[in-house]
Amino acid sequence: MIPIGHYLFLSLALFIIGVIGVLTRRNVIIILMSIELILNAVNINLVAFARLFGDVAGQVFAIFIITDAAAEAAVGLGIIIAFFRNRETVLSDEMDMLKW
Amino acid sequence: MHLLDKALFYVFAGVAVISAVLVVTRRNAVHSAIFLITALLATAGIFLQLQAEFLFIVQVILYAGGIMVLFVFVIMLVNLDVALRQVQFNRQKWVAGIVVLALAAQLGLVIWTAGRIPGAGPGPNAAASPAPAPQLQPNAEMVARSLFGPYVLPLEIASVLLLVAMIGAVVMAKRKV
Repeated sequence: MIPIGHYLFLSLALFIIGVIGVLTRRNVIIILMSIELILNAVNINLVAFARLFGDVAGQVFAIFIITDAAAEAAVGLGIIIAFFRNRETVLSDEMDMLKW
Repeated sequence: MHLLDKALFYVFAGVAVISAVLVVTRRNAVHSAIFLITALLATAGIFLQLQAEFLFIVQVILYAGGIMVLFVFVIMLVNLDVALRQVQFNRQKWVAGIVVLALAAQLGLVIWTAGRIPGAGPGPNAAASPAPAPQLQPNAEMVARSLFGPYVLPLEIASVLLLVAMIGAVVMAKRKV
């Protein structure tokens, strides 16, 4: 069996790559994809601990996180489409209507 | 069996990390979406290696099948020819670097020093506990018993959340907002 630390470091790497994507990209669609990467990294942790403790609760929590990811993707992509229809852009630093 | 287990884990982990890096760095959003599918499938492989068969299927069908189709549809609807020719990264490299360093330091410290995880032995890099971990089989049945037993209230709340998200997406995509 693989030591639990390896799963934790894999999850850490994916999480950090996702954070870099959220903070540095300008395209909002790719920012949403990076958020999916972050949620996925958390799922790896939950499933690894479920295996370590022999408790299925971690997998149940991972299912709830996947549900949240689906809801977030649907609403987020709806917002992107509505915004693109109004402003003709998908770049995050041009979405500054609240700034004056 | 042991060696195969290890090989599978490291192959899937490498594929997941490399595709994640490519998701963040590619210029074309369609390429990013394809590499995100690869990363999600590699994660599904890790779930399978961790005896989470039900979650493996959910990941493949729902994530790689459902959510990614949504992403590709939106990429298709949104005109990307203009966005392709613009600068892809904003001027937040230093902010991102600082945040990432802080996060990595915190989480790495926690992982390295938390040798107190019961069943994990003296530390995260020590060999796993000599006693084999308890089996999670039959997986789908156990997940269902847990989901409809102690976690039935969160399940209902999740269904309400999905309903709200569905209504929100429909309202958002209407012609006149």
